[in-house]
Amino acid sequence: MTRDEIKDVILEIIQDIDEDGEVENLNADEPLRDQLDLDSMDFLDIVMELRKRYQLQIPEGDYPELASLASCVNYLEPRLKDV
Amino acid sequence: MPYKSIAKAAAKYDVVVIGSGLGGLTTANRLANAGHRVLLVEHHHRLGGLATWFKRKGHIFDISLHGFPHGMIKTCRKYWNRAIMDSIVQLNNIVFDNPQFTIRTTFDKEDFTSILTNRFKVDRASVDDFFNTVAGMNFYDDRTMTTRELFEQFFPGRGDVHRLLMEPISYANGSNFNDPAITYGIVFSNFMNKGVFTFSGGTDKLIEMMVEELEKNGVTICTNSRAERIVIDRGRVRGVEIDGRFIEAACVVSNAGILNTIDDLAGRASFSAEFLEKIKPVQVNNSSCQVYMGIREGERLDDVGDLLFTSTAPAYDVDEMLDMETRSRTFSLYYPKTRPGHDRYTVVASMNARYDDWAALPEERYREEKEKMIERSLVDLERYIPDIRQKCDWLEAATPRTFQRYTLHTKGTSFGTKFEGLEVSRTLFNDVKGLFHVGSVGIIMSGWLGAINYGVIVANDADAYLRS
Ligand SMILES: Cc1cc2nc3c(=O)[nH]c(=O)nc-3n(C[C@H](O)[C@H](O)[C@H](O)COP(=O)(O)OP(=O)(O)OC[C@H]3O[C@@H](n4cnc5c(N)ncnc54)[C@H](O)[C@@H]3O)c2cc1C
Repeated sequence: MTRDEIKDVILEIIQDIDEDGEVENLNADEPLRDQLDLDSMDFLDIVMELRKRYQLQIPEGDYPELASLASCVNYLEPRLKDV
Repeated sequence: MPYKSIAKAAAKYDVVVIGSGLGGLTTANRLANAGHRVLLVEHHHRLGGLATWFKRKGHIFDISLHGFPHGMIKTCRKYWNRAIMDSIVQLNNIVFDNPQFTIRTTFDKEDFTSILTNRFKVDRASVDDFFNTVAGMNFYDDRTMTTRELFEQFFPGRGDVHRLLMEPISYANGSNFNDPAITYGIVFSNFMNKGVFTFSGGTDKLIEMMVEELEKNGVTICTNSRAERIVIDRGRVRGVEIDGRFIEAACVVSNAGILNTIDDLAGRASFSAEFLEKIKPVQVNNSSCQVYMGIREGERLDDVGDLLFTSTAPAYDVDEMLDMETRSRTFSLYYPKTRPGHDRYTVVASMNARYDDWAALPEERYREEKEKMIERSLVDLERYIPDIRQKCDWLEAATPRTFQRYTLHTKGTSFGTKFEGLEVSRTLFNDVKGLFHVGSVGIIMSGWLGAINYGVIVANDADAYLRS
């Protein structure tokens, strides 16, 4: 997947979790938590959804990599390159 | 009835969930939703565990529907469905009445702040500082500070303030001044922050809606089916023996108590010496007593509040609250709005209690003590509803023995274990591949919201294992 595709997937997953959140105008470098109403349970949902869709296992120690949209894409790019 | 007998279940599933408390139900639902084949077994004839109800003479009594935090709204939408979320309604009239103060509150941060500053004359800065400090607490913070130290830091010598802030939490999860401040902070910030909520339609309606969702997601449900043993071979789960039948599964999630899971279902022999060492300090939480009062058809009650924290004890005292003759109890009043269309009133008195006090009683003493407890509860309730005795046509009591019988939990614990239990619950899997525990543990993972959220966390662990 390309960086843009990964970004779209993340936004789609977040929109499912936070239905009222404004995902269009997110600042990619700022923590998602500061821009949307996300808690630690929501990040768990992102992890579980990525596993379901792409068989991708994200160990607990790597959860901080999902903090911002940009860090998500950086983290996922090499892991989803063959998808 | 969607439920099967275990004889009709298949020979093999991806995962067996043992127990249908809110934790077990949620894990089963999440795993089925993620595409796994799930068998859910429950020893009782009804699902829900402590989230349950019973019917007598036209009355419907709820056991654990006294109130839950605002967070349930989002949790139910995400992990169950929108219809369940839409049935959540706020309880606006919470009352405290004890020798130190009598107040009425909406149970949210704004109202508590105003009560603490105006009524208790605490300076605003300390109140804000307290709310900010507890809101910032998390699982990874310092665990050595006790709740007593936390209160002394912010409100030194203010027994009345300590009581206001502690009493509801003691009823909600059995914790007290001696438990870690972080468990207090995490629960307080969820619970005494944005109001108290209930489920319109009652517990029966909630469980019915959850069962519909489980069915939609393809979970096989067997009631009257008691898991006897989790079969473990060379450090891996192989399946479960249920009423004499072996069901094969590589993954088992137990919603039985954590100690029941280790001692009765898996067996201590399945664990390393190091792990067994970690179990030693695990303490189960206290149990409960309840008195159920059914109001005669056609009678009505005035609105005296939804949830009444009452006590005639001079100060907050954890031992007093656990005593068989405690003078501290909550009254939940269920008006017809609880079950729209069912035009009845009920009252449930709840007390904290110690299993050992009740377990030892010979039958006759046991019956007498139950009668005395009913009487004490009526005397207390007469302060708010003077003619309660004339209006009541059903009175019944439950004790720690009752809770033990229905849930099988060690010492009939109402709220799982103290803090140490969480680590044990989270690490079962290190010793036995494919074995997980879900359900009230560690104070923070108890209550309806805690149990459901923990169900989601454990479903994620189990899903990771199943896909590895
Ligand atoms: C009196 C009382 C009042 C409460 N009030 C509230 C409240 O107002 N608000 C709130 O949020 N929380 C309340 N709680 C707490 C809340 O009800 C519990 O924390 C929560 O429901 C527990 O869910 P759980 O997943 O831990 O499982 P549990 O409800 O403990 O269920 C475990 C299930 O496993 C089953 N089981 C055990 N062993 C086996 C076996 N071997 N085979 C098959 N099945 C088995 C049991 O039968 C049971 O159904 C209250 C609790 C009590 C006791």
